[in-house]
Amino acid sequence: MKHLIDIKDLSVDEIDEMIKVAKDIINHPEKYSHKCDNKILATLFFEPSTRTRLSFESAMMRLGGKVLGFSEANSSSVSKGESVSDTIRVVGYYSDIIAMRHPKEGAPYVASSNSIVPIINAGDGGHNHPTQTLTDLMTISSEKGHLDDLTIGVCGDLKFGRTVHSLINAMSRYKNIKFVLISPDELKLPDYVKSNVLDKCKIKYYETNTIEEYLPKLDILYMTRVQKERFFNEEDYKRLKDYYILTKDKLKIAKKDLCIMHPLPRVNEIATEVDSDPRAKYFEQANYGRFIRMALILKMLNIK
Amino acid sequence: MNIDSIKNGFVIDHIDSGKGMIIYEKLELNKLDCQVAIITNAKSKKKGKKDIIKIDKKIDLNIDTIAFINPDATINVVEDDKIVEKKKLTLPETIVNVATCKNPRCITSIERDLDQVFILTDKEKNIYRCKYCESSLK
Repeated sequence: MKHLIDIKDLSVDEIDEMIKVAKDIINHPEKYSHKCDNKILATLFFEPSTRTRLSFESAMMRLGGKVLGFSEANSSSVSKGESVSDTIRVVGYYSDIIAMRHPKEGAPYVASSNSIVPIINAGDGGHNHPTQTLTDLMTISSEKGHLDDLTIGVCGDLKFGRTVHSLINAMSRYKNIKFVLISPDELKLPDYVKSNVLDKCKIKYYETNTIEEYLPKLDILYMTRVQKERFFNEEDYKRLKDYYILTKDKLKIAKKDLCIMHPLPRVNEIATEVDSDPRAKYFEQANYGRFIRMALILKMLNIK
Repeated sequence: MNIDSIKNGFVIDHIDSGKGMIIYEKLELNKLDCQVAIITNAKSKKKGKKDIIKIDKKIDLNIDTIAFINPDATINVVEDDKIVEKKKLTLPETIVNVATCKNPRCITSIERDLDQVFILTDKEKNIYRCKYCESSLK
């Protein structure tokens, strides 16, 4: 049985195949509207989320399936002290596939070790968020037409930002990729990601404190939010939260075909005036997320 | 200082000074019913000072734990008063319940009865990472 805990659980070929299916779903939705009749997706969200949970639920409904679950730990038996493994053992009897988000890192891995149905990691703390990465790859593939030969700027919280870690992991497997790592010193990309991924894959990368320095060279600019929930110290959060704000003015020096992405939710890091710029693709990105999740559900349930 | 030689068992030698008690505790040698000697700060040509542990019984010795704590220690296997084997240690690929993940966000901090598992991810730098959250063990 296949689980998706880390983006590395999927080969490049599997990802490419899923993107192909997702694009086919966009063009021929009617072909897929009954693929998951009589199937149930459980969405177990031990931590609040809007986009990811609704995207999963919408994906399953568009495939003709049904959905059950909870959207915060307080409304589940976790509040009574139930372990992840016990919860998963039970929910496996009620559903055909489980998407789970949990604030503790490694929780989906524990779940997969105790589950009789496929587990999809919908985010575990600051660790992994593979379906966001699939969404990002789908967006890049759709907007740029290819997943190789790209210079990708990632900006903001590179220390705790799980979407960034997963994206770097995934994109490092494609040819001729370069990264520009834009962050304040306190939120730099962890050394283990640099050594285990970038150095190992011989990926060129540059580190900088400013957006402007490398902006003219970027094909993709991936903005991220400084996440309040990852900080133990409120003062540190306040000091760093508005470190980067992307504005129309700053974008004057960027390429005409730059693709601006953001996993959302946005706070202040992209000024709303940028939304009307044709290079802003973050709302389309959220839309692509549903289609790639539909393709993922089909793959995990082994439905052709 | 004289410590009796052992008839059948193990001598864990060349332990870094100060790590003898750590190995003693991690191997739970206090639970054995045989003679166990721990010598600290013994003279050593190589290290200046070293610790030594002698166990007067053929037990199921957790060599991975010793290798993780002190990779350059040596283990002598004693049978009928003679050293019959000298074991060289290599860093284990996986260690279980020897160290605890320090990441407060790790699932091991709340999930009951979950083994603390670390995997050797960088053999050159001796880096172990938590199997669950991938935090490095420092």
